[in-house]
Amino acid sequence: MSGARYSIGIDLGTTHCALSYVDTSASDGERTTLAVLPIAQLTGPGAIADLDLLPSFLYLPHPDELTSGDLHLPWTGQRDFAVGEFARSRGAATPIRLVSSAKSWLCHPGVDRRAAILPNDAPPEVARVSPLESSVRYLTHLREAWDHAHPDAPFGDQDITVTIPASFDPAARELTAEAAEAAGYRRMTLLEEPQAALYSWIQKSGGQWRKQVKVGDIILVVDVGGGTTDLSLIAVVEREGNLELHRVAVGEHILLGGDNMDLALAHVVARKLAAQGTQADAWQLRALTYACRSAKETLLSDPATDTVPLVVPSRGSKLIGGSIRTELTRAELTQTILEGFFPQVDSAARPVSRTRAGLTQLGLPYAQDAGITRHLAAFLGKQVGALADLEGLRPVAAEASAHEASFLHPTAVLFNGGVFKSALLVERIMGTLNGWLAAEGAAPARLLEGADLDLAVARGAAYYGYVRRGQGVRIRGGTARAYYIAIESAMPAVPGMEPPIQALCVAPFGMEEGTEAELPAQEFGLVVGEPVHFRFFGSSVRRHDQVGTLLDFWGPDELQELEEIQATLPASGRTAGEVVPVKLHARVTEAGTLELEAVPRGTDERWKVEFDVRGSVNA
Amino acid sequence: MNDSNPSFLGRISLAVGAFFRILGDGDFAAAVLRVRDGGAPEQAATQAATQAATQAPAPSPAPTASAAPAPALKEASPDAALQLLGLLQRDARFIDFVEEDIRHFSDADIGAAARLVHEGCRATLREHFTIRPVRDEAEGSRVTLQEGFDASAIRLTGNVVGKAPFVGNISHRGWRVDEVRLPRLAEAHNAKVIAPAEVEL
Repeated sequence: MSGARYSIGIDLGTTHCALSYVDTSASDGERTTLAVLPIAQLTGPGAIADLDLLPSFLYLPHPDELTSGDLHLPWTGQRDFAVGEFARSRGAATPIRLVSSAKSWLCHPGVDRRAAILPNDAPPEVARVSPLESSVRYLTHLREAWDHAHPDAPFGDQDITVTIPASFDPAARELTAEAAEAAGYRRMTLLEEPQAALYSWIQKSGGQWRKQVKVGDIILVVDVGGGTTDLSLIAVVEREGNLELHRVAVGEHILLGGDNMDLALAHVVARKLAAQGTQADAWQLRALTYACRSAKETLLSDPATDTVPLVVPSRGSKLIGGSIRTELTRAELTQTILEGFFPQVDSAARPVSRTRAGLTQLGLPYAQDAGITRHLAAFLGKQVGALADLEGLRPVAAEASAHEASFLHPTAVLFNGGVFKSALLVERIMGTLNGWLAAEGAAPARLLEGADLDLAVARGAAYYGYVRRGQGVRIRGGTARAYYIAIESAMPAVPGMEPPIQALCVAPFGMEEGTEAELPAQEFGLVVGEPVHFRFFGSSVRRHDQVGTLLDFWGPDELQELEEIQATLPASGRTAGEVVPVKLHARVTEAGTLELEAVPRGTDERWKVEFDVRGSVNA
Repeated sequence: MNDSNPSFLGRISLAVGAFFRILGDGDFAAAVLRVRDGGAPEQAATQAATQAATQAPAPSPAPTASAAPAPALKEASPDAALQLLGLLQRDARFIDFVEEDIRHFSDADIGAAARLVHEGCRATLREHFTIRPVRDEAEGSRVTLQEGFDASAIRLTGNVVGKAPFVGNISHRGWRVDEVRLPRLAEAHNAKVIAPAEVEL
């Protein structure tokens, strides 16, 4: 496919980024040479260190805050901002100048992703940046760090894979691709994070993975990152005598991760302190969150420990006199983390969603139910019929329906994300899942061992770039949703009622990269020179709809409304105001983004239909 | 801070310092005279030596053969030491702890703070150094030292007589730094401020 020497994988995470690479000249078949690039970054004013992870934080300092040279990087002296470890630590004390969780903002349908809105709570004098721009800065830093370390192999000439949550909608995917392009990524492909985790597991096994999975296996990937939880199901099928992996379903976007757990613990401890008469201020609460994180790791990894002392240092130089002492007990940890985030529920449990108060402050739409196991139950329940169409899995699917399974039965589980370094949490999820399986008479699921929990996504992405050249096994599956636009049905208007809408399928489920959907028969009138908006929907369960399928009714869980799409027909060669009949045509680019085009009748012209990322939905 | 091209402020303080030293130090005055008159070979040599020392930031306990003909003493670079102090203060509150008067605190209070300092120091050391024992054998075990053993890595104590091979018990395994990973510093960075004062607005 290309002459690039390196295949570079980039994990653009909510809280951390990482870069891994495969040297294709030193790799052959399933034996690959894979490395992680230590990323040069500021760790203090004027201090540069190489760390495996680049914290996804952007700090916008006050002009008087630092001396000249404090923000210089080995490759540039022209910086008025900082990304990485220094941004994270400096921003902890000055949050009004800190941009964090830019990735979550990038897929927040309620805001304009191209508008300078971050930091969310910055005073007017801080020059804010857009969610898109902050992603561009992280990606640019990674490119520059690579170029600095590999002057002989320019980044722009290598094959790049950037990972995104499987749950990202088409608009968020396109924004990520746009950010990568703006950051100078010329040969870029997108890859879903749970797939990357599985690729990493395959790569690490060095060919042994074929002994650990068998045809008919359904692998559940549970990926809990710093800020998001991502679920995917990947089936092992046989085609022409070879094992093949097929991604059959992805979960919804759940803004819930390890950081929420640390914060929850800190609040538990702060309440305990308050009951003893010590009120923790904002600074101490942050220090407490930090202390809770390491206490949590101790308690979760060592079952013999029952309490971990916590010390919140004083802010001043009096360390002994001014520190707050307390402790985190196993009971509190169990109550908060295990029962709060991983409750033992049955398979019929579903996340609770509270109706939001009328005027909520504009912030990130965090998951309302912290119970990850409830989200898992909902996902498996929703995808119960996902296997029916997959060739090679019919017997599995038939058996499941014969037993009236109420949820899709995974047979193996792969974990990803630092929180699963804790055997306790792994056991809790495995125990809960196997309880559900036992209740329906199914065999327990196996744990796929040997995953690299912190760097798997970047490693898997680098390996995927290598696999794309025809080496090793690829995960198939294409898009995990079918897409629809709303059209008003031709019915007489009823006063006081919104005209009913129909959903027209424009892109079927499972479109692979580099493929095009057929042209639908339906035409729409576009007014030349004026933007026309369409309501846009996605479905992660309707696998049979073809282009042109028209839905009159659908269940509340079947279709999710996404952001509007907007088509504008330029006036070139036409008179403004003229109505031109067009068809909507969908294709999936090689990079992995969905593109919609308007094709005027009787021409070869194609006009791009844009995703409206200016926060129009329910805003 | 490298002194190849000092800033203006730096030059002011250099000038003031030099002024008094010229008055008080005859040798120094003579050296300045030599610089002013054009030839500065000695100066350039020392400067190169300091720079070399700065570039190797390791406070390395086991210096690799520098093969100096005359027993020249190398000067430890203060920057790396200051940098380490800064890291220990930032991540372990080391200076705060040592500078605090602990006489009036109970052991429990001191212990609580020590926990924090211990955890931070350990994290700092592990992040910036790879430290391993010089001898892998358990302390108390009996070892034989062959002729030509590395006297900088092993110290003989007690009844030191006779010739190698020596047989004795390990009373301390020793520590050796295999790798140093200190952050690189910007040219203008003032390493002497190991913890800036904090002013909350």
